[in-house]
Amino acid sequence: MRTNDVMLKTATKVVTFIILMFAVHIFFAGHYTPGGGFVGGLLTASAIVLLMLAYDIETVKKIIPVNYVMLTAIGLLIALSTAAASIFFNVPFFTHAYDYFDLPLFGKTSLHSAALFDLGVYLVVVGVTMTIIQTIGEDE
Amino acid sequence: MINLLLFPILIPLLFAAILLFFPKNISLQRIISAAAAVATLISVLFLLLKVKADGVQAVTLGSWDAPFGITMVSDMLSVLLVLSATIITLFVIFYSMPTIGIDREKSFYYPAVLFLLVGVNGAFTTGDIFNLFVFFEVLLMASYMLIVHGGEKPQLRESIKYLLVNVISSALFVAAVAFLYSVTGTLNMADLAVKIPQIEETGILTVIAVMFLVVFGFKAAIFPLYFWLPGAYHAPPIPVLALFGALLTKVGVYAIIRTYTLFFTMNIAFTHELLGIIAILTILAGCIGALAYFDVKKIIIYNIIIAVGVILFGIAQMNEAGIEGALFYLVHDMLIKAALFFLVGIVAVIFGTSNLREMGGLMKTYPVLGWVYLIAAFGLAGIPPLSGFPGKLLIVQGGFEGPQFWGSIVVLATSLLVLLSAIRIFIYAFWGEPVKIVPLKKRSYYQMFVPAVILVGITVILGVGAELFMPLINGAGEVLLNPSIYIDAVLKE
Repeated sequence: MRTNDVMLKTATKVVTFIILMFAVHIFFAGHYTPGGGFVGGLLTASAIVLLMLAYDIETVKKIIPVNYVMLTAIGLLIALSTAAASIFFNVPFFTHAYDYFDLPLFGKTSLHSAALFDLGVYLVVVGVTMTIIQTIGEDE
Repeated sequence: MINLLLFPILIPLLFAAILLFFPKNISLQRIISAAAAVATLISVLFLLLKVKADGVQAVTLGSWDAPFGITMVSDMLSVLLVLSATIITLFVIFYSMPTIGIDREKSFYYPAVLFLLVGVNGAFTTGDIFNLFVFFEVLLMASYMLIVHGGEKPQLRESIKYLLVNVISSALFVAAVAFLYSVTGTLNMADLAVKIPQIEETGILTVIAVMFLVVFGFKAAIFPLYFWLPGAYHAPPIPVLALFGALLTKVGVYAIIRTYTLFFTMNIAFTHELLGIIAILTILAGCIGALAYFDVKKIIIYNIIIAVGVILFGIAQMNEAGIEGALFYLVHDMLIKAALFFLVGIVAVIFGTSNLREMGGLMKTYPVLGWVYLIAAFGLAGIPPLSGFPGKLLIVQGGFEGPQFWGSIVVLATSLLVLLSAIRIFIYAFWGEPVKIVPLKKRSYYQMFVPAVILVGITVILGVGAELFMPLINGAGEVLLNPSIYIDAVLKE
């Protein structure tokens, strides 16, 4: 019974994007500064939870039509296949590869396979957190 | 292929992740989970050949050198246990298909079974004490899900107790690892085995050793810490119970074996005597339970506790016969417990109850089931040609060679009680006047019966062909008795 939540909804529209950008920043900063897949995933989930607080579960499902169980499975597969790629080079499991690249916008950047593993962690954290919140929220 | 020893962990993990995508497609779930277990089994067999030919296999994850990275070590003991765990999981998957029910199959049952296998295989393979904790949590999380899966009232009640006990023991595990780390400064098991003998204050190390005994004792259900097990294992359906009874406590037993042979050897007079006494008390407590109940599931559940005591008594002797006997008995016990739970599950389905007093006369309608059960019961008690005999013989011999000869007498005497408890099921369920039974479709009967018969057949082969398997057990025992083999393989000195 929310009769007058214009303020909440308007603020949410602005704040959600700021949180999401911050989550992406934290995710990419993880290699050299504090951050990484886990906090990045939690921040993203918190942005979605804010949307759920301001609107309701059905609307958020329409905005973000994602099956979070699948998202968890995809994250697991990404993390596993990143680590397992080393098997094909006959080096110990989890051996990570890295190199420096000259990217057009970023300049000289080091790219690590560890970031892909972190992407898997990120997706699993988002998937699991949202599955928990959604199932509890939908429970009558 | 330096990563071969990781395949028994990675294959079920990969397939479990894939199974999450289509929970409602039951036929695909069944086929893929069975295929995953078969693929895992094949990889374990290759690994067994490799370890047999080339000795202990070790790989340190991420190409970091040994004490700094996480080492995964596959010696003969861990390969044998991974092999038994994989065989049991394969048959549990087959046994689940007719018994577990459509609703459970639709809600991520098979992924949970495979995740449990990931945790068990990982715990058997890891060479890092904190990684052992992580794999314990992996298998415990999967077991939390399996124990409550279906949401019946007793399951909900018992899962709360089970969760509470395991959360507390896991917290103790972390505390014990923290103490060990603050004393030694390392977490790698081989490095611990090098560092611990160099430390002169053995007092604090003895305390840590006892703490680890308490932690793993919670998981393995040893004497004062087994109170959670009978209730918790009675709640879930039979295939889950077979999986738990065959694998979960054995992981705790394995962890005790590993820590008490590899690094806590500085004060054997205290720690191992304590282990021996606790083992004997565990056997006695289990016997009392196994004779007290008229419930087929409860009787076999208390037999798990007895077997844990017998194995740990063999380990506590720290001589060749005792340790080899314990390893043989460990492998035998995993297989026979799964087989017994399968058979008892069929009996319970046929009568529609697990109460012995309401059973009778099954020999007239299901004679083959009766004879197979009798063979399994004799195997459990250790009648000579069957698989329980060689292990128990060596354990008793080890006890007589060691300081605790009176323990061997208890082991021998309680074998009779084990036989009595198992035969009581046979007498009540198969002899006597036939009672009304629930008609069972021939097809689903055979779907349940065939995995059970094959498992009993494997145990018979294990017992009759004990000479064939002894070289493997010898190899496993050799590594436990000479930790230097393990240390050299990991630290590559």
